[in-house]
Amino acid sequence: MEKWSLMTITVLLALTVRWAVSLGSYSGAGKPPMYGDYEAQRHWQEITYNLPIRQWYFNTSDNNLLYWGLDYPPLTAYHSFVCAYIAKLINPDWVALHTSRGYESQPHKLFMRTTVFVADLLVYIPAVILYCFSLKETSAKKKVSSALCILLYPGLILIDHGHFQYNSVSLGLALWAVLCLSHDWDLLGSVAFCLALNYKQMELYHSLPFFCYLLGKCFKKGLKGKGLVLLAKLAGTVLVSFAACWLPFGTDVEQIMQVLRRLFPIDRGLFEDKVANIWCSLSVLIKIKNVISPRTQLKLSFAVTFLSLLPACIKLTVQPSLRAFKFALVSCALSFFLFSFQVHEKSILLVSVPVCLIINEIPFMATWFLLVSTFSLLPLLLKDELLLPYAVTTPAFLAVCLASFSILEKTSAEDLQLKAFSLSLRGYVSWFKSFPRIVRSLFLLSLSLMGVLSVLSAALPPPQRLPDLFPVAVATVSCLHFLLFLLYFNVVILWDSKNKGQKKIS
Amino acid sequence: GGGGGGGGGGGGGFRALALGVSFLKCLLIPAYYSTDFEVHRNWLAITHNLPLSQWYFEATSEWTLDYPPFFAWFEYALSHIAKYFDPQMLVVENLNYASRATIFFQRLSVILTDTLFIYAVHECCRCIKEKRAAKDILEKPAFILAVLLLWNFGLLIVDRILSNQEFQFCFVFFQKRYLEGALLFAVLLHFKHIYIYVAPAYGIYLLRSYCFTANNADGSVKWRSFSFLHVTLLGLIVCLVSALSLGPFLVLGQLPQVISRLFPFKRGLCHAYWAPNFWALYNAMDKALTILGLKCNFLDGTKIPKASMTGGLVQEFQHTVLPSVTPLATLICTFIAILPSVFCLWFKPQGPRGFVQCLVLCALSSFMFGWHVHEKAILLAILPLSLLSIQRAKDAGIYLILATTGHFSLFPLLFTPPELPIKILLMLLFTVYSFSSLKSLFRREKLLLNWLETIYLIQLVPLEIFCEIIFPLTPWKQHFPFVPLLLTSVYCALGITYAWLKLYVSVLTERTSVRQKAE
Repeated sequence: MEKWSLMTITVLLALTVRWAVSLGSYSGAGKPPMYGDYEAQRHWQEITYNLPIRQWYFNTSDNNLLYWGLDYPPLTAYHSFVCAYIAKLINPDWVALHTSRGYESQPHKLFMRTTVFVADLLVYIPAVILYCFSLKETSAKKKVSSALCILLYPGLILIDHGHFQYNSVSLGLALWAVLCLSHDWDLLGSVAFCLALNYKQMELYHSLPFFCYLLGKCFKKGLKGKGLVLLAKLAGTVLVSFAACWLPFGTDVEQIMQVLRRLFPIDRGLFEDKVANIWCSLSVLIKIKNVISPRTQLKLSFAVTFLSLLPACIKLTVQPSLRAFKFALVSCALSFFLFSFQVHEKSILLVSVPVCLIINEIPFMATWFLLVSTFSLLPLLLKDELLLPYAVTTPAFLAVCLASFSILEKTSAEDLQLKAFSLSLRGYVSWFKSFPRIVRSLFLLSLSLMGVLSVLSAALPPPQRLPDLFPVAVATVSCLHFLLFLLYFNVVILWDSKNKGQKKIS
Repeated sequence: GGGGGGGGGGGGGFRALALGVSFLKCLLIPAYYSTDFEVHRNWLAITHNLPLSQWYFEATSEWTLDYPPFFAWFEYALSHIAKYFDPQMLVVENLNYASRATIFFQRLSVILTDTLFIYAVHECCRCIKEKRAAKDILEKPAFILAVLLLWNFGLLIVDRILSNQEFQFCFVFFQKRYLEGALLFAVLLHFKHIYIYVAPAYGIYLLRSYCFTANNADGSVKWRSFSFLHVTLLGLIVCLVSALSLGPFLVLGQLPQVISRLFPFKRGLCHAYWAPNFWALYNAMDKALTILGLKCNFLDGTKIPKASMTGGLVQEFQHTVLPSVTPLATLICTFIAILPSVFCLWFKPQGPRGFVQCLVLCALSSFMFGWHVHEKAILLAILPLSLLSIQRAKDAGIYLILATTGHFSLFPLLFTPPELPIKILLMLLFTVYSFSSLKSLFRREKLLLNWLETIYLIQLVPLEIFCEIIFPLTPWKQHFPFVPLLLTSVYCALGITYAWLKLYVSVLTERTSVRQKAE
């Protein structure tokens, strides 16, 4: 069969799964007074359509910021505006000021689901397809199976098409940026990344690798000649694209300050709900929120994040390569997720998408990580009554990965890109022969643990004295996994260059 | 354990396919369900609560039990599991009851019984002989066949066990295990009497290949080789199964009632939505002539009976210009249409291949001319034709036409807006796959479809766009809501008739060509 028909089938399959998931429930369905993210998106359409642009981010009599106030950058607001315009054409009740609050109906659900579907189809899916086609040194079949795995990643599908958000837009734009950089179109890439950043501020998790990679590239070209020109061009492009996005708010400083205050709500606390990062997991032992003052929390989290980022970023700046860039995207996003301030459980998607990019290089670890990341969303999905899609898409994803990469046979140190690391350790450790077997049994153990915890939290009512037992257990287990993954990715990044250095010498 | 990994070649591929389709079905649990859902709920309730003697008399719901006894027993068995899900669904008076547990149970029962089908397909694929060893698993005929059968669009959207069991004996016949095949078919017939349409193919095949144990040198039947033992065995099997199924009702003296439920000739010639067969064309012709007659004043407008073709419930349809069709007429037509294929099977036995050909022709012919045919019945022809399609380029071409039009004609079954993308995506998925895989399988032969057929199939796209998107926006929607259905059914009827004729011609001419070779 031809490559293109296989790819068409892959895309059709991915779309089918997306629409099938979207037939299910969404966040806050029928739960007044606050509802959920679905209502938030609808409310933003209402606000952006009916109010002048100067009032969007301000608390006024028409815009109660305590009820799902707009807290994403301008591009999200523009997107809401466009959607609202179409909604108005179909049914004006959907976006009527004040009266449409908490509006829910089958046609409206259909409309909202369609907007996500279209955004996904236009931004995210083409980026994935093009990325997979541009993979080097892989057969056509491998390219298609990578695309299949990436497109069937359950986390993104469940959050966007089940829970209801538009992550595929910002993540898709970031993917476009990676795609451009891999073709050496640095300026176009930085435009795409600025757009992503202006769609969701969480894209900051990816900003450091982009910055370091491009800076390193400039250094490589020589800071006195071509490199300086490139640096100036990049800086100009970034400034222009930011200015274009913020143009309507540029009229006075107070506007910009207000938007920034909305984007970075420092007073919301170290973490929210039960998120699988280090702070939430630590608070099982010590109640950090009560022990340390909010100011110190902010400083502490900032310091730890910075320290954990440092090695990968320095490495990337000194030796910029596309491969290192992708790995750095993963490890930096993961550091941010684990250590930074005010993290949402959905932010794990920012780590997962870069992991998808390296699924053809380290299929085993990537699959493992993607499964854990989906598992970490379980409490949220249970709240949204999305258990069925979760229970179906996750094993399906595992089956697809097993079938297309035969991951269980790729657990040797070499397959995990740990050859250099193991060489440097060989003198001290003697258990390396059974390494593949150990890794495989750890994987199976972790899978069964996640399976058991999923079944328990879905089926059992929690004990009365510990109502949060299962969400906390899920968060802690995932957090432990993520810490090990962070270690692993950093080892791969740091030892990678040494390996190449040795090759050069020999 | 963590599953067997994908290293195992064909077995791994098949496992992935089967798993995938089951996952997809699970994902579609919250999707739209048709009236069949209520039909089966009602049957669960009837068989659970009432004694045997009441099964075929109960008429609280309009969806009375109209399947043979084995199916009723099957529902009875299911109902004993159902009571653990939601006992309320087993109350006969709870019409249109659909709690979440009920939906979940019903869908789950379908998905689980489909494992029987998956097993049958698996056995079927094992019988496919590899002509040349294809390196790539995606190029293997057995793999393609598995996809064509498991991911069949029609099976995915039709929500109840329809043709599932059929394959179990297809494979049995492939391996020439006649007695098992006969037993399975007899049992099947008492599950779903719709299979009576293909019974001639089974009967003749068994008689020809099993009861006569030898052939003459030129392939004609050797009358002296008639085996009395084999006939007795077959007869015994059929009688035993029938006795098991209908016996209790015979004792109760309810056989006429059961029969009248099974063959409801009181219903109309066509469903509310015309199945795309010969009668759809006939009705359309009648309509066209009526309108023409009214325009030219050949007909008196006041005398025309007000027969609505659009009502939701099944009803009689009066023809105005052409003669009305009686059940007997359809029976005769069906019989005449089936006859040549059966003759073919008798006079030119070609082993299992000829049998499957005859099976498809029987199913198609009865679909074309049967009384009150449901559009789902087209699957009875499409599925066995998949078996032929991977063996010869000629059959592959016919299969593509028949499958695409046949599946397209199922579109009106899912008419709610949320399911519109699902049906289009699934249809595209299946069509793209069947076209590209068969094309690559027969890459050395000439084109599978000629230009006329290609144009015909491509025009399905504008037709769908017109019916689903443009037409609802026009003012005609109020006055002529039936137009999309009518267009779909007539257009598909053309394609299906064409495929039927082409298959018939190919089967009949093939016979002469083989004879020439023999000479």
